[in-house]
Amino acid sequence: MSIARKFVKIIAFLTLLISSSVFSQEHRKDHSGDTEEEAFDPTETIMHHISDSHDFHIAGDLSLPLPVILWTENGLVTFMSGEFHHDEAGEVVVEKKGMKFVRYHDEIYYAGANGELAFDEEHHPVNDRPLNFSITKNVFTLFLSAALMLLIFIPVARSYGKNQGAPKGLAGFMEPLILFVRNEIAIPNIGKEKYEKYMPYLLTVFFLIWLGNLFGLIPFFPFSGTLTNDIVFTGVLAVFTFLITTFSGNKNYWGHIFATPGVPKPLLIIMIPVEVLGMFTKPFALMVRLFANITAGHIVILSLFSLIFIFKTAAVAPVSIAFALFMFVLELLVAALQAYVFTLLSALFIGQAVEDHH
Amino acid sequence: MNITHPESLIFWTVLVFIILLVLLRKYAWKPILGAVKSRETSINDALAAAEEARKEMQNLKADNERILKEARAERDTLLKEAREMKEKIIADAREEAQEQGNKMIAQAKSAIEGEKKAALAELKNQVASLSVEIAEKVIRQEFSDKDKQLELVENMLEEVGTTLN
Repeated sequence: MSIARKFVKIIAFLTLLISSSVFSQEHRKDHSGDTEEEAFDPTETIMHHISDSHDFHIAGDLSLPLPVILWTENGLVTFMSGEFHHDEAGEVVVEKKGMKFVRYHDEIYYAGANGELAFDEEHHPVNDRPLNFSITKNVFTLFLSAALMLLIFIPVARSYGKNQGAPKGLAGFMEPLILFVRNEIAIPNIGKEKYEKYMPYLLTVFFLIWLGNLFGLIPFFPFSGTLTNDIVFTGVLAVFTFLITTFSGNKNYWGHIFATPGVPKPLLIIMIPVEVLGMFTKPFALMVRLFANITAGHIVILSLFSLIFIFKTAAVAPVSIAFALFMFVLELLVAALQAYVFTLLSALFIGQAVEDHH
Repeated sequence: MNITHPESLIFWTVLVFIILLVLLRKYAWKPILGAVKSRETSINDALAAAEEARKEMQNLKADNERILKEARAERDTLLKEAREMKEKIIADAREEAQEQGNKMIAQAKSAIEGEKKAALAELKNQVASLSVEIAEKVIRQEFSDKDKQLELVENMLEEVGTTLN
């Protein structure tokens, strides 16, 4: 088991390494891409693909408008994103409750009296914006994942009531996964006595991340949104782990942070800030690891397809497809792997927090 | 990549995740884990019971083996005893028969002896009475013809002699 875990960690580390290098390359392209307006800009295309959006693009000009929910100075304002007519440049003005809204690069701002946006020197809008609680593409995907999880696991749970024997059907497929989370993640890291309390969280996180990752690999509506390539989503999950860890922390855990045993008193001046920082870096790493892995995979796949447009020839297509297929299969592994890693590390942190003195 | 309106995803993720967690905990994870756990205990119990039964079976088998062994040994001793008994009975019977035979032979011998003695005695008596009769006849004849009387006596004696032989 420990060998498998080490192997998984190495893979996770390597993917993180690779992903970060790809990521920096993409950023370099970002700056060079601004000069040419006419040419195909892979950076913009890719960034658009992996960014959140108020519309759910389906195919061609077809997209599903999603509800825009704004908390403005005058209270709640809701309308469908279709009213912007795919405008992202701040040109289409939507007027509601006597307020004017424009959308500029996926952000909705209060427009000026004539519907204009003011920009600073770096071409960033300086207008105020309302609080935005819209059902965006990622929120839509979140709803879809949550609904699918309920649809999968509640009937599975029901089937146990009727069938007392070996699990059958969907339960037969899901049970090994649930047992994997219990036997390979929760029990070894948290301990046999305390793991049960944290099982619902670990299972929910594991399956939500996995499902979110897999949805991102399905290239057509209604799945093409990827929850886990949004750092906000991974950040929220990491905060959950942080909160659970912090509130589960026992005397032993806090003792390790504020009075690390075996450390001379003067050294504690250094150790305490380091340990406190450690409390925050752990969930931070969780957030970035998941986000970066999934985003990197998507960027690589999209870059491979962009090659066709960069070289302006279909002859590259077989190469692109071959590499993209390879990447898809790899991503299929990474999807499960990152769900596992996130859950494993969450369990590890919780385990450290509830560990008894030994 | 810019992070746009993070509040929407934060808000919805927190809301949806908590609802999902609560619903799944109540309606999925607890029943599933409970069912799995109870099944595991029942499987463990069943395995333990099977093991117990196997041990008992083994004990029973060992018992049976032992009993069978004992029975076999008993049968062997019984057979041996029976054989010995048979031999003894045969030997006894033979001895007795021998004895009986010997006794009978002895009795027969003594009976024969007695008979012989009686026969001899009777013969003696008859010879005596015959002798008397002969003597009487001889005496009577002697009174008529002396030669004839002698001849007669001689004949008679000869006759007696042949019968005796």
